[in-house]
Amino acid sequence: MTAAAPSAAGRQDSILRINLRKFTRDRLAIAAAAGVVLFVAMALLAPWLAPHDPYDTDLLRRLQPPAWMEGGEWSYVFGCDSLGRDIVSRIIYGARISIFIGVAVVLLATLVGTLAGLAAGYLGGAVDGVISRIVDVLLGFPYLIFAIGLMGMMGPGLQNIILALVYKEWTISCRVVRGETLATRELEYVEAARAVGASRTHIMLREILPNIMSPLIVVATTRMATIIILEASLSFLGLGMQPPLASWGSMVADGRSFLSDAWWVGTFPGVAIFLLVLAINLASQGLRDAFDPRLRQ
Amino acid sequence: MRLGFIVERLLQLIPVLIGISLVVFLMMTLTPGDPVEIMLGDQLATAEQKESLRRDMGLDLPAAERFIRFVRNSLSGDFGRSFFHRRPVAEVIAERLPATIELTIVAMLIALAVAIPLGVLAAVRRGSLIDKAATVISLIGVSMPGFWLGIMLILLFAVHLGWMPVSGRIDYAFEVPRITGMILFDSLVQGRYAAFLNALHHILMPAVTLGLAMAALLMRVTRTSMIEVLQQDYIVFAEAKGLSRARVLVRHALKNALIPTVTVAALETGYLLGGNTIVEMVFGWPGLARVIVEGIYSRDFPLVQAGVLVIAVIYVTVNFAADVLYTLLNPRVKL
Repeated sequence: MTAAAPSAAGRQDSILRINLRKFTRDRLAIAAAAGVVLFVAMALLAPWLAPHDPYDTDLLRRLQPPAWMEGGEWSYVFGCDSLGRDIVSRIIYGARISIFIGVAVVLLATLVGTLAGLAAGYLGGAVDGVISRIVDVLLGFPYLIFAIGLMGMMGPGLQNIILALVYKEWTISCRVVRGETLATRELEYVEAARAVGASRTHIMLREILPNIMSPLIVVATTRMATIIILEASLSFLGLGMQPPLASWGSMVADGRSFLSDAWWVGTFPGVAIFLLVLAINLASQGLRDAFDPRLRQ
Repeated sequence: MRLGFIVERLLQLIPVLIGISLVVFLMMTLTPGDPVEIMLGDQLATAEQKESLRRDMGLDLPAAERFIRFVRNSLSGDFGRSFFHRRPVAEVIAERLPATIELTIVAMLIALAVAIPLGVLAAVRRGSLIDKAATVISLIGVSMPGFWLGIMLILLFAVHLGWMPVSGRIDYAFEVPRITGMILFDSLVQGRYAAFLNALHHILMPAVTLGLAMAALLMRVTRTSMIEVLQQDYIVFAEAKGLSRARVLVRHALKNALIPTVTVAALETGYLLGGNTIVEMVFGWPGLARVIVEGIYSRDFPLVQAGVLVIAVIYVTVNFAADVLYTLLNPRVKL
């Protein structure tokens, strides 16, 4: 048993490394990944990067146009919103919320989903029955409707958005892990571990899990893009992050009221969501191509 | 054998439906706040009046009993009274549901109309510039948040160019007697073509907004399955027989390649039903999804509860139908 563990781990490392090397050869994916890194850096360095305080209202600058339009100035490149707040600074701070929620939801959901999927796939029987029924029920709700219902019940706020999304999101990784576990559990090295008397926990976490990491990582990155759009959608509907917090979704909602005379208020935050989600999607497609040749388009 | 399969799938549906009702019930039961207070709003009431109202609504019963009551009432179409609209919830839903279904169907049709030709073209010219462009466009399609796309469309086509109406289903000048509540259908069967065109004009932007991401997804599914089908022996054989390229593509390849497309389209209906909330809010579309969101703003719990339940049941039913259809259509699945 002690001999089985390091060999499984060693083999996993090399597969992951080979896959990562394949990934680095995909130039578009690397560029996209660099874009994601830029967004993350923007979020982390927001206090130093933002030219103005994102909450600083100035009614004299109410709906001030972007710099290149008449009445704009270069210290407020994308103009100001209805309370005279600098849109660039609010977009920079908004990246924090989008990225934090995206990462938190995907991490939590993957953790829960992986444990549930391993248990369902490896233990089978009643455990699988119960977990699979719960997954079936949750899959019966359209995602956004489910999240809206939960947000209505729990009220807005950061913690509640994360919970509302995790309650459904874990089913995604659970199904992936369950399927992979079912395919893996009868393989020789798992049999071998069982034969030498390894415990079930050991087999699930040390033998099976390392070998299903690739699909799990691919799914997690793809889901990050979806979660960011979902959070922005909830905030757009006024059920997510509350003002005055700068969330991209609520900024777009704010801009909706001024479409005819101040298009910039809602347009630029939307561009930010679009670019971040596009970068994540491109990068995760590269990951998928590198990690799973079966899925290559 | 086939009937047995359908019955088996139907039976599997029952625990899912019970589970869905339980989740919806819990969602609303666990919500903080006293429903009686919310229902009364600003009206003054004595403690006795509140108590009797609570008894009328069954709020004094144990949770398990209330759940059974909730399921029994829902089955008979009794969802209680809406706090906000001050009439039966079932009435509000019946009034709003057709608009949501209509929008969903049109969005799906637009998605299929865009996805199938593009997907086939990308598969036939695999690796070409068209193929690459289609891939990039589809990635852009799935990366665009629906609410923002909708607003940008309004900004461009309604506010600036003035080509499109900003919101609503039809101009007030038109009157279409209600048959199904789906205006496009109702106006067409009654021969009111001006009204039909006006309604079509109104539904175009919301449906495009709702359908774009779906089009992107379905295009990729069509492309993948088309590529797979084109490599099959019977296609090679059909070409070797000297049949024309177009005939092989449409009669032999497309027919089989579309099975996954149609299945995925049906399975992803939930995506459209969820996306409806956004699109209906952006375009002022008087559908059920918008009523649910507004119900949350006004803390109208019976309405939200019933709305979420109805949408989930529709979704599960469509999935069931897709599953059965796929199994029956696909000659490779042996029952």
